[in-house]
Amino acid sequence: MTLRPTSVDDLRDAVADAVRSSSKLEIRGGDTKADLGAPREAVLLDMGGFNQVIDYDPAELVLTVGSGTPLAQIEALVAGAGQMLAFEPFDHGPLFGRPAGAATIGGIMAAGVSGSRRLSGGAARDHLLGFQGVSGRGEAFVGGAKVVKNVTGYDLPKVMAGSWGRLVALTEITLKVLPRPRESLTLVLDTLDPHAAQAAMSLAMGSQAEVAAAAHLPGPPSVTAVRLEGFGPSVAARRIMLDDLLAETGRLRALSPGDAEAFWNSIRTLAPLANGRPLWRVNTPPSAGCAVVAALQPLGARWLFDWAGGLTWMTFDGDPALVRQAALAAGGHAALIRAPDELRRSTPALHPQPRGVAALEARVRAAFDPTGVFETGRFLDQPDAD
Amino acid sequence: MSLKMPPLDEAVLARRGQIAAALRAIVPGDGGVIDDAAALRVYESDGLTAYRQPPMLVCLPQTTEQVSRVLKWCHGQGVKVVPRGSGTSLSGGALPLGDAVLLGMARFNQVLQIDYEDRLAVVQPGVTNLAVTRAVEAEGFYYAPDPSSQIACSIGGNVAENSGGVHCLKYGLTTNNVLGVELVLMDGEVVRLGGRCLDPAGLDLLGLVVGSEGLLGVVTEVTVRILPRPQTARAVLIGFPTVESAGQCVADVIAAGIIPAGMEMMDRPAIHAAEAFVRAGYPLDVEALLIVELDGPSAECDHLIGEVEAIARANGAGACRVSTSEAERLNFWAGRKAAFPAVGRISPDYYCMDGTIPRRRLPEVLRRMEALGAKHGLACANVFHAGDGNLHPLILYDANKPGELDRAEAFGSDILRLCVEVGGVLTGEHGVGVEKRDLMPVMFSEDDLKHQQRVKCAFDPKQLLNPGKVFPVLHRCAELGRMHIHGGKTPFPDLPRF
Repeated sequence: MTLRPTSVDDLRDAVADAVRSSSKLEIRGGDTKADLGAPREAVLLDMGGFNQVIDYDPAELVLTVGSGTPLAQIEALVAGAGQMLAFEPFDHGPLFGRPAGAATIGGIMAAGVSGSRRLSGGAARDHLLGFQGVSGRGEAFVGGAKVVKNVTGYDLPKVMAGSWGRLVALTEITLKVLPRPRESLTLVLDTLDPHAAQAAMSLAMGSQAEVAAAAHLPGPPSVTAVRLEGFGPSVAARRIMLDDLLAETGRLRALSPGDAEAFWNSIRTLAPLANGRPLWRVNTPPSAGCAVVAALQPLGARWLFDWAGGLTWMTFDGDPALVRQAALAAGGHAALIRAPDELRRSTPALHPQPRGVAALEARVRAAFDPTGVFETGRFLDQPDAD
Repeated sequence: MSLKMPPLDEAVLARRGQIAAALRAIVPGDGGVIDDAAALRVYESDGLTAYRQPPMLVCLPQTTEQVSRVLKWCHGQGVKVVPRGSGTSLSGGALPLGDAVLLGMARFNQVLQIDYEDRLAVVQPGVTNLAVTRAVEAEGFYYAPDPSSQIACSIGGNVAENSGGVHCLKYGLTTNNVLGVELVLMDGEVVRLGGRCLDPAGLDLLGLVVGSEGLLGVVTEVTVRILPRPQTARAVLIGFPTVESAGQCVADVIAAGIIPAGMEMMDRPAIHAAEAFVRAGYPLDVEALLIVELDGPSAECDHLIGEVEAIARANGAGACRVSTSEAERLNFWAGRKAAFPAVGRISPDYYCMDGTIPRRRLPEVLRRMEALGAKHGLACANVFHAGDGNLHPLILYDANKPGELDRAEAFGSDILRLCVEVGGVLTGEHGVGVEKRDLMPVMFSEDDLKHQQRVKCAFDPKQLLNPGKVFPVLHRCAELGRMHIHGGKTPFPDLPRF
C-alpha cells in the first residue's frame, strides 16, 4: 500500500491514522535506497507530492524546496544561477541498478550522504539550514530557519540529516547553496601504494593548496587524484604549490576535463566496485584507512579511498564482523550499503553504537516518534514501541 | 529587570552546607568548591551584565570522573546545575541560578593532542579559542571560528553556543568545525559523540549538542578540525554614499561567485564611533563602510581584489583602499573589532543585539530600526556581518537614567521581532540564553518548541541542567511526552496493521 499525501494536513492525517492503527510507515522519496537495510513490510509514504521549488534567491545563498523534489531538478536549477550544492550530493541510485538523478533532496538529507567535496565543503548536514515536517507524533513543526546563520534554539536540522526517516517526514527543506567554482583541475599521481597515496593526500590537504577533493583508486595501476577548484589564477598558483610539495612523491599529471569528469564520476558511482559483492562504507580518520585495507585486502576485499583516505568504499563477501572489527580498530565505523537479502536480515546496516550512545539515540528517536510509527525494522535495532 | 527565573527551591537552599560538603568530597582540595559569599560574586554574571545572580555554590572539577560524580550526585539529590566556560556569553547562557551549583570548567585547560596528519586537535573544554590556534600555528595551521571574544572564550563555551565570528561565511560556525565531544549527561553517564571521522556512525547527536546552550550535557573534551592557514589575506575598505548601494555591492560580490573570508558593514554612527576610538583611517563622509577580506594564494587575492573593486565602483563606491601590508590589514579590522568598546565611549551603556535577516531586506530593516529608535527615544549604531545577514545593532542607553534599560530592552525586542517578521531569526551567533528566551514564540510555534523540548527530555528528563534558559515555558517531560492524536475525518482510513 502506498499513501501519497500532497499537503501537510494530509500528511498529518496519514501519520495519525498509522499511529492509531499501529501501522508502520516507510517514507519514500526517489526509491533509490530502499534496498539498504533489512527487508521489511510497511505502508509506503510517497513524498512525491511535495515537489516544488518554494523560494530561491541566489544572492541570499538560500534555496527552499519541497522534500520530494528530484536532485537532478535542483542541481539544474542552481547550476543555472552559477551555484551548486557544495556537499556534492551522493546518489545511491546507480549502486542499486537504478538510474542516476532520481534521488530526491529529502532522501539525500535523510541519508545524510555527501560526495567527494565533503572533504573540503562540508557534509549534507552542514548545508541543511531548516526544514518543515511531520513527526511521528502526527504534528507539523519547523526546525532551523531560512537564513544562512542561525543559532536560535536547538539545531534540529543537524539531527534530521542522516536520520533515515526515523524521526520526521520532511516536507520542506531549506538549503545553503554556494557559487559554483569557475574552474576545476584534477591532478593525479600514478602507481602509488595505499600508504604512499594516503601520505600524499595528507600532505596536500595540510598545505595551502586548498584541495577540494582527494581520492585513490588502487588499480592496478593505481591512480591518486586531487582536485583543485576556484578562480583561474588561483587554481594555477595552487597547481604550482602542489608540484613543489609532491615533487618527491612523483610527477603530477593533469587530467583533461573529460577524463577528470570520468574519474570523479567513477568515484561517485563506485564503478570500480561493481562486482555484485556486499558493499561497505567505512569511515575512519584519514590516516587509518590504510589499516582497514591492510586487514581486509588479504581476505579478498576490493576497495577505493575517497575523502583523502577518510572514506573507504569496500566490497567484501567474508564475515561482516571482520569489517566492523577492522573499522572499529581503526577508530571508525562501517555501514553495510548493498547486500543480498539474507545478509541484510542478519547484519544491521548501521554500525552498532556503544550501549550508552545507543540508548541516547533511542530516547531521541522516541522524542520525535514515541510509538515507533517510522520504525519499520529496517535497521534491526528497533526498540520495543511499547 | 523583568526576567523571571524558575522559583528558588527552598529545600535545596536549606541543605546548602550539606551540598557543599558532598561536592568537596568529590572535588577535594583548594578551589574545588566555592561557597564564600564574596568569592561567589565573581560568578554572578556572564557577558550579559544586565543580569546578575550569585550562584548557590561554585564547583570547579578537574577530571571527567569528577564531573560525572558531581552530576550524578546532583541528579540524585534534585539539585540544579549551570555549566560555565569562560563566562563570555552575550545572552546570559551562563547566568547562575540562586539554588543551583555553577559548574565551572576553567580547570579543563589542556591541549591533549594535535594530529597534523588527520588535521585535528583534541582539547579540554576550558582551553580558549585562541589557544587552539596558538598551539598549532607554528606548523602553519589554525582553528577557523574566531568569535570576537576569542582571547577569553573557551572551546567548551563555543560548543555550547555554536559560536561564529567574522570568518564564518567561508569557514563555518563551531558546528562545522567540531568532529567529536566527550559529554557527561546530567545523570553522570559519560558518552562520546562523533570522534575523528568526518561522518557520524548513527544519529548526529553531536550536531544537536553543539549550540544547545549547556542544556543537554557537560562537554569534557572536544575534537576540532584545524586548517592550514591561507597563504595571504588582504582587505579592501570601501565607502558608500548609501546603505542601499553597500548592500547591493555585497549581493553583487556573491553573485560574482566570490565568498570572501569576511565581509563586514558599518553604518554612519558605528563608523564615527570606531574612527574616533581607533583612528583606523575610515572615511567619515560616507553612510556605509564595507570591509571585504579575501584570503588564499596571493594570486587569488590579487585577482579577487580587482573584481571586488570593480563591483564596488559599479555600485557608486567612493574611495576603495586595499591593504598593502599585514599591519594595514589589521588596522582596517581594528576599527571594526573595537566597534563595541568604541560605542561604549560615546554612550554610557550599550546593548548588543544579534538578529539575522535576509540580506535583501537590509535597507528596509535599517529604516524601520531608525523609526523604532525614535519611538523608544534611543539611538543605535549598526555593525553587520554583511555576508551572512547577521546584524548587530548596538542600542545606546544610560543605565543610570531611570527607565532607560527597560526602554533599551523594549527597543531590542522590537528589533528582533522585526528580524523575524522579514524572514530572519532572533539570534545569529550569540544564543538565546535568558536574553531572547521570552521571544522564542515570535519565531516558533508551541509545537515547534515542544519538539525541541522533548530533545531536552531525552538528555535530561529531570530538567536539572541549566533550566530557565532558551525555553520560555518549562513543561514537565511527562506532559511533553503525551500523545494527542487528533481524530476525525481522514483521507487515509483503514491502514493495514502489521
